Amino acid sequence: MSQDNVLLRVDHLVKHFPITKGILVQKQVGAVRAVDDISFDIRRGETLGLVGESGCGKSTTGRTILQLYRPTSGHVYYEGKDLTTLKGSALRPMRAKMQMIFQDPYASLNPRMTVAEIIGEPLVVHKVGGTKEINERVDQLLGQVGLNPAFANRYPHEFSGGQRQRIGVARALALNPDLIVCDEPISALDVSIQAQVVNLLEDLQDQLGLTYLFIAHDLSMVRHISDRVAVMYLGIIVELADRAELYHNPLHPYTQALLSAVPIPDPQAEEKRARIILEGDVPSPANPPSGCRFRTRCPIAQALCAEEKPVWRELRPDHFVACHFAN
Amino acid sequence: MSAQTGVLKAGAGGMPLTMKRESLTADAFRRLIRNRAAVVGGLIVLLLALIAIFAGQIAPKSYEVQVLIDNNKVPAWMVSLFSSMAPYAKTTTDYLLGADYVGRDLFSRLVYGSRVSLSVAFIGPIISLLIGVVYGSISGFFGGRADNLMMRIVDVLYAFPTLLFVILLMAFFRSTFAKPDPGSFAYGLSQLDARMGGMLFIFMGIGFTAWETMARLTRGQVLSVREKEFVEAARTVGAGNGRIMFRHILPNIVGPLVVFESLSIPTYITFEAFLSYIGLGVNPPTPSWGSMIAEGGSVIRTYPNQAVFPALALAITMFAFNFLGDGLRDALDPRLRGTQ
Repeated sequence: MSQDNVLLRVDHLVKHFPITKGILVQKQVGAVRAVDDISFDIRRGETLGLVGESGCGKSTTGRTILQLYRPTSGHVYYEGKDLTTLKGSALRPMRAKMQMIFQDPYASLNPRMTVAEIIGEPLVVHKVGGTKEINERVDQLLGQVGLNPAFANRYPHEFSGGQRQRIGVARALALNPDLIVCDEPISALDVSIQAQVVNLLEDLQDQLGLTYLFIAHDLSMVRHISDRVAVMYLGIIVELADRAELYHNPLHPYTQALLSAVPIPDPQAEEKRARIILEGDVPSPANPPSGCRFRTRCPIAQALCAEEKPVWRELRPDHFVACHFAN
Repeated sequence: MSAQTGVLKAGAGGMPLTMKRESLTADAFRRLIRNRAAVVGGLIVLLLALIAIFAGQIAPKSYEVQVLIDNNKVPAWMVSLFSSMAPYAKTTTDYLLGADYVGRDLFSRLVYGSRVSLSVAFIGPIISLLIGVVYGSISGFFGGRADNLMMRIVDVLYAFPTLLFVILLMAFFRSTFAKPDPGSFAYGLSQLDARMGGMLFIFMGIGFTAWETMARLTRGQVLSVREKEFVEAARTVGAGNGRIMFRHILPNIVGPLVVFESLSIPTYITFEAFLSYIGLGVNPPTPSWGSMIAEGGSVIRTYPNQAVFPALALAITMFAFNFLGDGLRDALDPRLRGTQ
């Protein structure tokens, strides 16, 4: 892996949300460890899939990378520049290069703004051209995501979910970003619309050379779109590998359990599919287990797992895993 | 173009391309004018506003000139309607609704009295919105320690009985600013108050108490909208606090705030009427419906016309504002959007 190919480097990123108590004087009594020391790289032009259960910190990771949440500690380097030290106006030019597509197409568009205003807002904020240039760019963007530019003066509530998500994609593209964080962009859509939006994202990646961090919980969709896949559990990344490697040769017991839950569209193979059923619930991120976080539900856990945190090691070339007993 | 339309049709789930475009405001307005009660209320409010503005032209007589010989005169049409008044009432055709105990035309006083009620109806919400929305927005938007402190202050103020607080305030204003030194700030205030017929202190009394609920409501609304994804999207594109506040949050919370204010207008009118009724409101001889009810109330058995008409005017005004407020609430209700 060549160093100059790395677009974004996440280095020991930590995000804790404080839990406070008290009416007048607020005292911190604990923290939700939403993201607890994760590191990975995103290479230019690739799609990195980030999968995990609800509440495991996937979205927090995406938002912390974009500095929507300021990290508790750790660094995010974009083309070698540390975003976590930038503030206010210094951060603004960097924001143009990293955009986000949101999960809920109904909540992510301001109902009081027209489509043209929504898509044009990044251009207005970054003072790109006058009214005429912005209008032209908005029309061009609408065409690019497959919407009729004649709809520019309508309001979001006049569109369907899939169309709204296209509007969200157009907004994210407005400033010609390099990196787009897709935060479950299709999980709120009908299955028939999901494929359209995913195909749109893939086409745009080919045309514009975009890099995606694709957050999802749908394993087949991640397999379809990703080049590499990272698996998260309770605030940490447990495994990271190439797509083919991860799906054919999962090393972490959690990844194995996740993959065993995916149905196979072949009755005979499906018959033989052995599901690994995990016991119990996900522990609270405010009070995670000692040592290995997965040990409370792990089928192969031993005494060592409660005492020592597993090391993040490269077991095979480009295949990282955090487990004492993976081999 | 045709290829694009094809893509659209596929993704649109059958949405007709000719669908009429309509902003949320236009939709709300359309539903407001379909609500008959709200329209009637709005028309009455409009009529009252016109009466208040053109009071000088409408009122047949002066509201302050006392014609003592005409005191307590009763209009002839009332006596013919209620014959029990005939033995003692001095009838007249000169006064439409009769004259009060010092011989001032009741109808003219009623017309001029609308000025006080309507001023309170419009200035009250403005003060409450100005203070309450600014306070609540700051508290909700910045959150944390500032929010905590600001809301505790509101809690403390809230614990005061409002009516008692206003009475105390009015008593305080009236005595403090009774005989100030010429040229001082207090003198300026009391001059201004005198010129407004005592309304300035009413506005201040209402303003000091009414913003608290507004601040709480605004804070709650800001808190809920602040966490919406479109606000995060705005942050992602690099929008600053000002832009987020004025372009994204405020337009989305205006509805509930307007509804709340329009429904509390009757409260402000009652406040003024009550203050004038107990003698802490407008200065005589400025007419206010509240003070007219108080004066007429003492002779209600013999001359009911002196209290009934101002009370009727007050009731109609309150109904009108309530109907309008109800209509606004329904029109701005997002759950009813797009319905008839």
